Amino acid sequence: MIEATGLSKRYGETVAVDDLSFIVPPGQVTGFLGPNGSGKSTTMRMIIGLDSPTAGVVTVNGRRYGEYIRPLLQVGALLDARAIHGGRSAYNHLLWLALSNGIARRRVDEVLDQVGLRSVATKRVGGFSLGMSQRLGIAAAMLGNPSILVFDEPVNGLDPEGVLWFRTLIKSLASQGRTVLLSSHLMSEMAITADRFIIIGRGRLIAQTSVEELLARGDGGFVLVRSSQASALAAMLKNRGATVECQTDGTLRVTAMTTETVGAIAADIAIVLMELSAHSPSLEATYMQLTGDSVEYRTSDGASASDER
Amino acid sequence: MQTIPDDITRHSRHSLTAGLGDTLRAEFCKLRSVRSTYWTLFAALAFNVTFAAVEAIFLPGRLSEHDKATLDGVRVSLGGSHLSQIAFSVLGVLFIASEYTTGMIRVTLAAVPRRRLVLTAKVTVFAATAVVAGIAVSFIAYFVFQGLLRGENLRSSIGDPGVVRALIGGGLYLAVLGLLGLGLGAIIRASAGAIAALFSLLFVPQVLVQLLPDSWKTAIGPYVPMEAGSQIFSQHREAGALSPWVGFAVFSLYAGIAVIIAFVLIDRRDA
Ligand SMILES: Nc1ncnc2c1ncn2[C@@H]1O[C@H](COP(=O)(O)OP(=O)(O)O)[C@@H](O)[C@H]1O
Ligand SMILES: [Mg+2]
Repeated sequence: MIEATGLSKRYGETVAVDDLSFIVPPGQVTGFLGPNGSGKSTTMRMIIGLDSPTAGVVTVNGRRYGEYIRPLLQVGALLDARAIHGGRSAYNHLLWLALSNGIARRRVDEVLDQVGLRSVATKRVGGFSLGMSQRLGIAAAMLGNPSILVFDEPVNGLDPEGVLWFRTLIKSLASQGRTVLLSSHLMSEMAITADRFIIIGRGRLIAQTSVEELLARGDGGFVLVRSSQASALAAMLKNRGATVECQTDGTLRVTAMTTETVGAIAADIAIVLMELSAHSPSLEATYMQLTGDSVEYRTSDGASASDER
Repeated sequence: MQTIPDDITRHSRHSLTAGLGDTLRAEFCKLRSVRSTYWTLFAALAFNVTFAAVEAIFLPGRLSEHDKATLDGVRVSLGGSHLSQIAFSVLGVLFIASEYTTGMIRVTLAAVPRRRLVLTAKVTVFAATAVVAGIAVSFIAYFVFQGLLRGENLRSSIGDPGVVRALIGGGLYLAVLGLLGLGLGAIIRASAGAIAALFSLLFVPQVLVQLLPDSWKTAIGPYVPMEAGSQIFSQHREAGALSPWVGFAVFSLYAGIAVIIAFVLIDRRDA
């Protein structure tokens, strides 16, 4: 479990993170989403004690990261896969990490196997591709068998096969009861992997929801109903609090009500339905809509290169 | 998954040294798992031995009467240290600054969040390695020099007063210089910048002092880092110079100040 309360971080004039509070629960993959520059990496650095918050606190398993003598047994993090000394072998990189937290050497071989780097273990990491470096970083994160895993933009640089492997891996890690926090600026990447989302824009919390709740928040989502007694049904649905729009083809476009409720109401008043379907907006569209006005740099309209500050 | 109580600091009991053993092992593993460590130490040995051999072979034939009276044979045999000091100090800089340059410091500090513990371990591991390597280099250079020397000028024996002190001191000088590099590397957090700062600190005062009026030169000259530190190389004390150990203490003070500043800053800055 990761818990942030009122977390803020300024770098001089820049407010990178602004009064952010959230919880990352165990047993799920939580997607940490936000446009570039919205403060995801900064938040993650604060989680693992690298940057100190200007205000607020963030705890991992109930304590601040810096209080652990052997933090790798609690939290495994991969922030930047390239940020390692190129002159060291993969094995030795993991070995010093293991030694630093009193972790058995055997774990080094185990995680190397787990990420498929056994055959290049003695090669210097300077020669690794970005994908191999990512795998090494993931191995390092798993070294202490931690209950919390934090990954910053982990699939950048992985090939499609690697992406699939990584998704399967983190889903299995979450299903073992671990807490997984995964950042990305792309919803398309997260929609398949995450169970929950924390969405930020310009350092502020925009949403903290499950996939279902997020979909419900988007405009665009509606229930389509076709019935020979459309006007009677419409009146009843409105009565029960739904917003109903009669469309030109005679169908009803119902919002603020689920298909289940619409069906149940129709059954109650014995109205025959010819069609009852939910039309979800894509997560992508909802995400764009939520973060639309917090994007730092726009490219499409060219009107303003930056709408912040 | 539950928190394991053993992984949590009990501040009241052992907050300062808890994890020191692990951190020392990790830092020693880092030092011995990159080639640059072996290359720089090998370069230091090569500089000292080559210099000692060349001086032993060619210097005796070129000695003036004045030289014969004043030259300190032990100091001459350690002349290569003026080059190998560069290797040691670069090794010290790289041991920490390369972590900042590559970004690996974040991996290190995530593994050991108590940063002063990391710095303590780095200083200890580096000092121990550099003292052993530095003393070995000094003794080897001395024996190479004495072994190749012909005639009685510049000759000494290991049992003569001051010789062992000079040789051990020569090793300590190299180690302290490496620690100065380490301190500057931790302050400046970039390999190139720290190496530039280090060389400025070593060579600029040496040059500037020569430009000063004589009275200033005699007052300040003995205290500039290299001048103070290198007194320990000599078997016999030079006129106007600090005594070997006082000079060495002054020299160590420079490194000590750099390391202390590094200790203060490492807890204050974001990684
Ligand atoms: N060390 C730093 N110094 C100054 N500004 C920073 C620093 N780190 C991040 N920032 C600024 O903070 C904001 C958030 O950055 P970041 O956390 O990297 O966002 P993200 O990871 O979501 O792309 C950006 O405006 C960035 O320029
Ligand atoms: Mg980022």
